[in-house]
Amino acid sequence: MSENGKSMDSSRRDFLTRAGASAGAAAIAPGVFLSAPAAAKSPDQPVSGDKRWGILVDTNKCADNCDACVSACKEENGWGHSETHSRPDQQAQWIRTVEIRNKATGFAKTLPMMCQHCENPPCVDVCPTGASFRRTDGIVLVDKHICIGCRYCMMACPYKARSFIHEELHDQLPWAPRGKGTVESCTLCVQLVDNGDIPACVEACSADNHNALVFGDLYDENSEISRELKKAESVELRADLGLNTGVRYRGL
Amino acid sequence: MSHASVLRRLTGILLSVLLLLPLVATADTDDDEDGEIESLPFSDLSFTEPEKRFSATQGCVEPEDDMVRNHMEYILHQRDETVYEGIRTRQHSLEECVNCHATRDENSGEFIPVNAPDQFCASCHSYASVKLDCFECHATRPVRPSKLRHQPLAAAEEEAP
Amino acid sequence: MKLAVNYREIEGKSAGFWVLLGGLGLMAGLAFGAFLYMEHSGHYVTGMNNQIVWGMPHVFAIFLIVAASGALNVASIGTVFGKALYKPLGRLSGLLAIALLLGGLMVLVLDLGRPDRLIVAMTYYNFKSIFAWNIILYNGFLAVTIVYLWMMMERRMNAYYRPAGIVAFVWRLILTTGTGAIFGWLVARSGYDMAMLAPMFIIMSFAYGLAIFILVLMAAYNWTGRPLGDAILFRLKNLLGVFIAAVLYFVAVYHLSNLYATEHHGIERFILMDGGIFTGLFWIVQILLGSLVPLAMVYHPTLGKSRPAIATAAALVIIGGFALLYVLLIGGQAYPLDIFPGYEVVSSSFADGAFNSYSPSIWEITLGVGGVAVALLVVTVAVRVLQFLPETLADSAIDPHAAKAD
Repeated sequence: MSENGKSMDSSRRDFLTRAGASAGAAAIAPGVFLSAPAAAKSPDQPVSGDKRWGILVDTNKCADNCDACVSACKEENGWGHSETHSRPDQQAQWIRTVEIRNKATGFAKTLPMMCQHCENPPCVDVCPTGASFRRTDGIVLVDKHICIGCRYCMMACPYKARSFIHEELHDQLPWAPRGKGTVESCTLCVQLVDNGDIPACVEACSADNHNALVFGDLYDENSEISRELKKAESVELRADLGLNTGVRYRGL
Repeated sequence: MSHASVLRRLTGILLSVLLLLPLVATADTDDDEDGEIESLPFSDLSFTEPEKRFSATQGCVEPEDDMVRNHMEYILHQRDETVYEGIRTRQHSLEECVNCHATRDENSGEFIPVNAPDQFCASCHSYASVKLDCFECHATRPVRPSKLRHQPLAAAEEEAP
Repeated sequence: MKLAVNYREIEGKSAGFWVLLGGLGLMAGLAFGAFLYMEHSGHYVTGMNNQIVWGMPHVFAIFLIVAASGALNVASIGTVFGKALYKPLGRLSGLLAIALLLGGLMVLVLDLGRPDRLIVAMTYYNFKSIFAWNIILYNGFLAVTIVYLWMMMERRMNAYYRPAGIVAFVWRLILTTGTGAIFGWLVARSGYDMAMLAPMFIIMSFAYGLAIFILVLMAAYNWTGRPLGDAILFRLKNLLGVFIAAVLYFVAVYHLSNLYATEHHGIERFILMDGGIFTGLFWIVQILLGSLVPLAMVYHPTLGKSRPAIATAAALVIIGGFALLYVLLIGGQAYPLDIFPGYEVVSSSFADGAFNSYSPSIWEITLGVGGVAVALLVVTVAVRVLQFLPETLADSAIDPHAAKAD
């Protein structure tokens, strides 16, 4: 190991240079992204505030008794089978299907519920350590490295989008780390989105030909989601709270 | 943003490395098992190609003695870049550490978790009495990416028809 | 005429002292065991879940933290408002404040999902989070109160005693405002979303802190055979009556406000009528046993002069306080979130629209009780080794002038 003694310094310098380069990339990123909105970002580019990811849920297309989105999320992110000790009310649910009925008219709907990726997320406001945060591209995440498991975000979330892990987990997936004593929720499949892919739930919904979920960049006028949102009505849940959610619903 | 914790961990690990110098040679032989790298089942996927990060001349993704001392710094740096900025380069990713350093059980052929007592990460950390916290949450074995990942890059980006 | 107050450590040689110490130590030890078990297994061994995310530990922790700031009130009345009668009680008041806060914080921290990351909570701050502010306020309260006590107890520093007392008084008001805001600022939940919870927590702290103070004072003087005169005790119990009535007033305004707004009728119906355990706790324990009965007892012409009755009233106020926090904290989570206004939930795999149930496990109860034990342990040890308690609080030792004047 002593023959490598000299190379340590040089590699440290390399490392720092690279770190500096990525910081530089962040600075020039807006221009880059504006000129090429449709391209997937390269792995060394930071995410940009010129995009805001969102999902439009068309509940009119949402089939009864269909849980393709839930199954796909479980498979992609590795939840739903890993908690063997937890009671059902303790098990994590990143996305769930809910059947609702209008109290006055009896009109019934099935729809998926998950993190609504608010622009002003209450979970981020209340998190004491800043573990709960909103990425510049609008995805709300938990930095599990500094989450202390206080669960205050779960108290604050109006959508009950978050789950606490009540037991030790094993065999997590490399791209979806999760573990005991921390809080988690829908990540909008950030590992796929960063790679230019779409979230697993959206993929599964269109694979089943329901096409109830549209994913895309809310800031890009030409994206399918923006055109759909402009074309017909949609609502955000608990709009009274003024959170400006990234997930919007049609047909409610 | 986490200088305090970097420093804390660094001090801890530096102290342990000092105590550990006699053992470092043993650790080196572990990560030089070339057969291990070739036997990875998914080296054809663009997503996980640890041998591309690895350099025979330096012994690891960075010179070996640097890695012994500073691996946590590389991982920590990558961690914050990935979590907050979505930077997903593979050179210093923890996933690739696992992909390369996990060994197979001789009988079953299954991967053994890298945090199992006598395995790469745990053997050194338990000797140094440094808590190994990564694997409370992170995968301990190489895992083949799910079927969704077979899509070509950018194919799923919403395009205007 | 001004009488000198002599403070002295308690003897602490009796069998009773060691039994008390041993009992409290055992309870604290059991709590630590419960913590290790919960921490090792994960929270699945508790009654808490993804619907009731804050449970029994939080009821105990919030109670102790609220009572801590209230316990300091006795010292503040002496220092800030210059009531001489209360001055001999200042040291015990400060000590109780510190001890109760330590007990509460211990429970809060040991219930975290990752208690090993306490250092993260101390080094990473999100300044928009009222919870983060509370962490700062708690630590600051400990520091401020310790300084206050030091100025009080160290003759050379007596000159700074009043400014320190004013700082501590203001700090504790801010602290309890923060504690109330932890709930009051949660806009999404109809049981919490009310700024009034902040002042309500302050008045609650007055009542619970004073109730604990009265009980500890009576126990300490009774068990050590030191005289405790009626002048002080009756003054304290009359004050307790005022605070009980004030809490009742705030509770009434809280529920009336909710009852006026149609959107909150659901939560009110749940708490006041249909909530099962929560309704029972509210009416029987919180209102009847915890407020009306002690209120009647402290002002009753004969009962109000009986020491067992005063002690019982103080104990009832504490029980009522636990009930209030249980109904507010757990009841507020048990009542479902209204995610789809105008709609009812027909089915959900995540208990949407359902009344959530909570049955605390022995582990989280033991942890909570341990917080109380730790607080009392700190007091017991402190009065043994330092000069916290006046040798006598007999009426003759109290400045008769002061006793009459206020």
